[in-house]
Amino acid sequence: MLDMIKGVFTDNGFVTAFLVIGLTMWLAYFISNKLTKGKIHGSAIAIVLGLLLAYIGGVVTEGSKGLADISFLAGIGFLGGSMLRDFAIVATSFGANFDEIKKAGFRGVISLFFGVILSFVVGVIFAYLFGYKDAVSMTTIGAGTVTYIVGPVTGATLGASSEVIAISIAAGLIKSVLVMVGTPFVAKYIGLNNPMSAMVYGGLMGTTSGVAGGLAATDPKLVPYGAVTATFYTGLGCLLAPTVLFLITNAIF
Amino acid sequence: MVIYGVAILAGCFLVGTIVGELIGDLMGVDSNVGGVGIAMLLLIIIVDKLVKSGKISKPSLDGLSFWNQMYIPVVVAMAASQNVLGALTGGPLAIIAGITVVVVSWAFVPILSGKQKEEPAFRNPAIRGEADA
Repeated sequence: MLDMIKGVFTDNGFVTAFLVIGLTMWLAYFISNKLTKGKIHGSAIAIVLGLLLAYIGGVVTEGSKGLADISFLAGIGFLGGSMLRDFAIVATSFGANFDEIKKAGFRGVISLFFGVILSFVVGVIFAYLFGYKDAVSMTTIGAGTVTYIVGPVTGATLGASSEVIAISIAAGLIKSVLVMVGTPFVAKYIGLNNPMSAMVYGGLMGTTSGVAGGLAATDPKLVPYGAVTATFYTGLGCLLAPTVLFLITNAIF
Repeated sequence: MVIYGVAILAGCFLVGTIVGELIGDLMGVDSNVGGVGIAMLLLIIIVDKLVKSGKISKPSLDGLSFWNQMYIPVVVAMAASQNVLGALTGGPLAIIAGITVVVVSWAFVPILSGKQKEEPAFRNPAIRGEADA
């Protein structure tokens, strides 16, 4: 009987994902309304619950896809995978104001370049402090703090060791998770309440999943503005890190 | 029809992704550069044109609105399929560098976004569905 139910869930993974995520959302909004009296936004709690489930999934299966590694919950990996995530992000622009995007466009571009370079420099400094003193390792770890995609792309191009690449991915993951969880809590201190600052935020943070989750938990109306810049960030990082930024790092150290 | 709205969304998504791949190729980068961002701008412009000329029906807009509101559930599913264990077991360098980079970047948000004169301006919030979605 149990096997039969599990089989139905496994065979209909995508539909199962709708149910599981729906229940998670319900629980999150229940906690938000009853336990925090609406002070902590339901979607913020839902994202934290999601990350918690991902942690449990990782511990149970020792895989790298969180809850999606559990066979009958694999559909969650599809629902939350890059295709549907990007599809839903594009849909958020329905209702965004193009004039606001144009108005903040210049600052958005500045914050993109500034964000990539700032993240890279912080990563390089910590790599150096932890004893990685060769330019290839430092560049790879610096690229990892840009995003967890830029890290391995750069590491593979420069021929970094797999240990260093693993560190760069982990640093990028920490960044992404912290942005997801932390954004609603720092939003009011950094003026994150209008389209302009949301575009700057997307450019500075850059991690698409982090920005997408963090802004959703703060104020869903800000999502399209943050996402529109953040989606350029990883590409810019992949362009700058193994080339210009590597050459500069190599020249200094 | 609802599918018209979803099809417009899908068309913008695919065109944006193709353009993003082309930009990546031109720059010699093994990554999509801004495909989603381009798709978003495309969708905003196309929907705006269609609404203004009255060529799009309410059910078609509902197709867009549905995926607009599915965004948070999709993000929750994304959170649930992250490698959280990998992040937490990545060693002290990864954790400290990851935390520092976020805190430092936060500090620069008000500096780069400058002073805001007026209240945030959002257009037609009602079209985005539930107020707290």
